[in-house]
Amino acid sequence: MIEVQNIIKSFDGTEVLKGISTVFEKGKTNLIIGQSGSGKTVFLKCLLGLFEADSGKILFEGKRLKKMTVKERSILRQEMGMVFQGSALFDSMTVEENIMFPMQMFTQKTDDEIRDRANQVIKRVNLIKANEKFPDEISGGMKKRVAIARAIVMNPKYLFCDEPNSGLDPKTAILIDNLIQEITAEYGITTVINTHDMNSVMEIGEKIVFLKDGIKSWEGTKEEIFNTYNEAVTNFVYSSNLFKKVREVYLKDEREEEDTGTTSA
Amino acid sequence: MKILSKIGKYFLMLKSIFGKFTKWKILKQLILKDIDTLIIGSLGIVSFISFFVGGVVAIQTALNLENPLLPKNLIGFATRQSVILEFAPTFISVIMAGKVGSYITSSIGTMRVTEQIDALEVMGINTYNYLIFPKIIALSLYPLVICISMFLGVFGGYIACVYGGFSSSAEFIEGIQMDFISFHITYAFIKTAFFSFVLATIPSYHGYFMTGGALEVGKASTVSFVWTSVVIILLNYLITQMLLT
Repeated sequence: MIEVQNIIKSFDGTEVLKGISTVFEKGKTNLIIGQSGSGKTVFLKCLLGLFEADSGKILFEGKRLKKMTVKERSILRQEMGMVFQGSALFDSMTVEENIMFPMQMFTQKTDDEIRDRANQVIKRVNLIKANEKFPDEISGGMKKRVAIARAIVMNPKYLFCDEPNSGLDPKTAILIDNLIQEITAEYGITTVINTHDMNSVMEIGEKIVFLKDGIKSWEGTKEEIFNTYNEAVTNFVYSSNLFKKVREVYLKDEREEEDTGTTSA
Repeated sequence: MKILSKIGKYFLMLKSIFGKFTKWKILKQLILKDIDTLIIGSLGIVSFISFFVGGVVAIQTALNLENPLLPKNLIGFATRQSVILEFAPTFISVIMAGKVGSYITSSIGTMRVTEQIDALEVMGINTYNYLIFPKIIALSLYPLVICISMFLGVFGGYIACVYGGFSSSAEFIEGIQMDFISFHITYAFIKTAFFSFVLATIPSYHGYFMTGGALEVGKASTVSFVWTSVVIILLNYLITQMLLT
């Protein structure tokens, strides 16, 4: 579980995060959504410890990130997996070497053991015949799978994803979303996903945090997002006609269910 | 103020390089890879330039010795002094700032732009040590490159002088042995050791702290070349002042 308490972050006197508090639960896919420039990436980088928050607390299983010793922080980082927007694969390494890399760095396992574990993970993310290929020889969807495989190879407690399906076709994007959700449940990971893809919200949003201008404007589940009348959320989520229609249908169904319930009662 | 802050950031970076060390098994591979790219990969161009510039120095010296009272062995002497004292350590280092420095800046800069450095940091790796330390170690072999450059520079001078008909082989060899001060070699290698550190760290700094996209990688490489050259020239002056005066 990750607990965030009132974090503030400024750059050159401009407050980007203005006191955000929330909780990201274990075994759930937690989504951070919001418009470009709302502070999502800065928030995620604060959680990762890549940016130090000016004030407020970030607690990993009750332990404050800022108060951790260098060793504790180093251990925590080994418990984190990160899927970057552009996959961030090491282009001088093959797919297999990319996935093996964290284990080579931090474990005392033999090369064979490391290779076996890498191949297990490769199988789990459905990467076929790509072990010897270099990142520039594979598709965007495959790169994301490699990034996910690299992120989970060390059995992390926390998985962070920054726009995991940006630049992917809708079908591949849903596959990647589902893969992240399955892995989250399977390994009991605390997953935090930064996205502005509404398909992801509807598909895997077990908890959604909506940011607007550096403030947490709303939080809830994907079911609750249909019922919210928070203007900022509705303007953002239902900006496309497709999602407006989806919401109308959902609310209509819900009213009908309520009416049926009242009648039968 | 901005320049002072950058200098401070550079020294903090140097401190961090020697912080948490990368696993030796990985580090060894990185060092060998960097030796191949930065040292072995530079031998061709360094040899080519050294040989021909050595030749040009000999010809220029010969053409300027119009007075018949001046002995011909001065050609060998001047070639040796120019090559050993300045051409090989300094001129080649400026060339290396272009070749090796640009490579270091652009490779680290591209890693920054494509979030590969962030990926390493998230894993808990000391990115300064992982990225820069192998380059410092690889470039500690740089004096060997300069040694080859010195030899080829003088050899180029010999070929140009003897086969160009400016002096005899015996006169040239007499010249390169004349008034030889072994400390000049020491001085040249002391300079080279400083330059190799500069060549590894200043381009790394520019790559590591760059922001932006592909265009900025190109700009960072250019800025890195300029600053590396400036620091090499300034250090050259300071070291010469301290060691030879």
